[in-house]
Amino acid sequence: QSTLVVAEHDNASVRSITLNAITAATKLGGEVSCLVAGSGCAKAAEQVAKIAGVKKVLLADNKAFEGFLPEALTPVIVESQKQFKFTHIIAGASAFGKGLLPRVAAKLDVQPISEVTEIKGADTFVRTIYAGNAVMTLKASDPIKVITVRGTSFEAAGDGGSGVQEKAPDVSISDVKAQFVKQELAKNDRPELTSAKVIISGGRGLKSGDNFKLLYDLADKLGAAVGASRAAVDAGFCANDLQIGQTGKIVAPELYIAVGISGAIQHLAGMKDSKTIVAINKDPDAPIFQVADLGLVADLFKAVPELTGKL
Amino acid sequence: MAMRALVGCKRVIDYAVKVRVKPDKTGVVIDGVKHSMNPFDEIAVEEAVRMKEKKLVSEIVAVSCGPAQCQETLRTAMAMGADKAIHVEIPAKEFELVQPIHIAKILAKLATDVKADVVILGKQAIDDDCNQTAQMTAAFLDWPQAVFAAKIEKDGDSLAVTREIDGGTETIKVNVPAVISADLRLNEPRYATLPNIMKAKKKPMEKKTAKDLGVDLTPRIQVISVEDPPVREAGQKVDDVDQLITKLKGLGRI
Repeated sequence: QSTLVVAEHDNASVRSITLNAITAATKLGGEVSCLVAGSGCAKAAEQVAKIAGVKKVLLADNKAFEGFLPEALTPVIVESQKQFKFTHIIAGASAFGKGLLPRVAAKLDVQPISEVTEIKGADTFVRTIYAGNAVMTLKASDPIKVITVRGTSFEAAGDGGSGVQEKAPDVSISDVKAQFVKQELAKNDRPELTSAKVIISGGRGLKSGDNFKLLYDLADKLGAAVGASRAAVDAGFCANDLQIGQTGKIVAPELYIAVGISGAIQHLAGMKDSKTIVAINKDPDAPIFQVADLGLVADLFKAVPELTGKL
Repeated sequence: MAMRALVGCKRVIDYAVKVRVKPDKTGVVIDGVKHSMNPFDEIAVEEAVRMKEKKLVSEIVAVSCGPAQCQETLRTAMAMGADKAIHVEIPAKEFELVQPIHIAKILAKLATDVKADVVILGKQAIDDDCNQTAQMTAAFLDWPQAVFAAKIEKDGDSLAVTREIDGGTETIKVNVPAVISADLRLNEPRYATLPNIMKAKKKPMEKKTAKDLGVDLTPRIQVISVEDPPVREAGQKVDDVDQLITKLKGLGRI
C-alpha cells in the first residue's frame, strides 16, 4: 500500500491544503509520495520534500503544465500510478483537486470519493452528503482509491521531512484541447473564505450592501474573511461568491460570527462545522441561536461597531 | 457555431426540504418527500437555453437518469426551453447505488450518440455532493473540461469560460466539443411559464436503459451507514459586547 498526494502549488510555493492532504495520506499508512507538476516548479518541489511524512517527491516540470489544466496533468498522474502502483491517490478538496481528481479516476476506471472528512481504514471513508445534513460511511470497492479530502478536517502536516526527489514518468502531453488564459484573484488582504480561520458573515439583517462595511471593518480587526447568507445575496447586498450554505461555500473556521442571519437550514449546512459560532441578531427566536455557542441578542448596528471598537 | 447541447438534469430532494436519516441508517428518507431538479442543473439548462437564444446552440437535449419520476424533471427542463429529452430509466432501488462514474459513462455514450458538441451539467448534485460527473464525462469522451463555469463566451471556434476557483476566477479556452459544469454565478434560471409548461408536454421524450447504452451499473461503493451529523448544542446567550469579548478571549478565539 502506498499513496500519491497531488500537490497544489503556484510553482513557487505549496498551497496550505496540500499539508492537510499529506496528513490524510499518512493516516492511511504506507509510504507517501507527492507529485509536484508545474512549469518552473523546482522551488515548490523543494518545499514539499521538507514536509513531514513525505518520502518521495515526483517532479514533473513541463511548460505544458502552465495553468495546471486537468487535461495536461491527468496523463502524468495516471502514468505515475502505473509505474509505482500507488493504491491511493489523494488531493485537497479545493477547486484544483475537485477539478482534477475525478478526471484521473475516470481514466483509471475508478469511482472517486469526494471531500472525505475522516479516514477509517484503507478502504473506508467518511464524508457528508446533503450539505452536511447526513454523514455517510462508505467502503470503496475499486482497487485504487482516488480521494479528495476536506482541508478543515485534517491538521496541516508540519515540516521536518526529507523526501527524495525524482523525476516523474515522462509522458507526451500533446493535443491538450484546453488553454489557460488568465487568473484573477481577488485583490485584498483578507483570507479566502474556505481557508479562513475567522469569518464574519452577514444576512438580510444588514439591510443594504453599504452596511456590509460594518462587517469589513470588523473583519479587518480580526484578519477575517467576509461571507454572506443566501438571503443577503438574493437581496443584492453582495456578490454571489460570498455565499455560504448548501449552494454556496462550505466553511469550518475556528470562529464564525453570524451577523443579522436568521439561520435557514441552507445556511446552517454551510457553516455548522465551525468550531465556535457567534450569533448577533435582534430576534431572540432566530434559529441561528440554536447552533450558536455564544448568542448576543442585540441591534447589530450598535453591537458590531462596538465590538470593532473594543477589539 | 450552432452546437447541439446535451444537458444533465438530476432529480433530487428539493433544496428547501430538511432531509431525515432513516432509523436503520441505510440512507435518508426519500419516499413522500418533495423532489425537484438539482439547482445546479437548472443553471445548466438555463445556460443552454441562453446559448440557444444567442444562436450558439441549435438544439438542446435534456437527460435524466433514475426512476420514472425523472420524467417530470425532464418536462421542467423542456418547459424552460430544452427541445427534447432522454430518460435513462434506472429503478429507484438500483439508483441508490448508482454513482457519478455510471452516470458519466451514460452521458458520454449519449453525447456520442446524439452528436453533442457541448455537454452542460451542474457542478454538483445537492444530494450526494460529489462534484464529479462533468469531469468524468469529459475524461470518458477525451474532451476538454471547463468546470465551475461562471461565464461562457464564444471565442472563434472555441469557448472562453470563466471559472470559479478558490479566491477568484480564472479564464480558460476550450475547443469544442467540450464538457462544462455550471457554478452558482453563471446565471439565474428562469421560471417556466404556463404556456411553456403546456408546450413541453408535447415535446418528444425518448426512453432508454443503461443496458441499451452498454453501461454496467455494478456498485463501486458499499454504504456502511448514513447517520445524523453530530448535534450542535446551543450554547449560551451573552448580555453585551463586553461579555462576548471576554468569552471569546477565554476560548482563545480572539
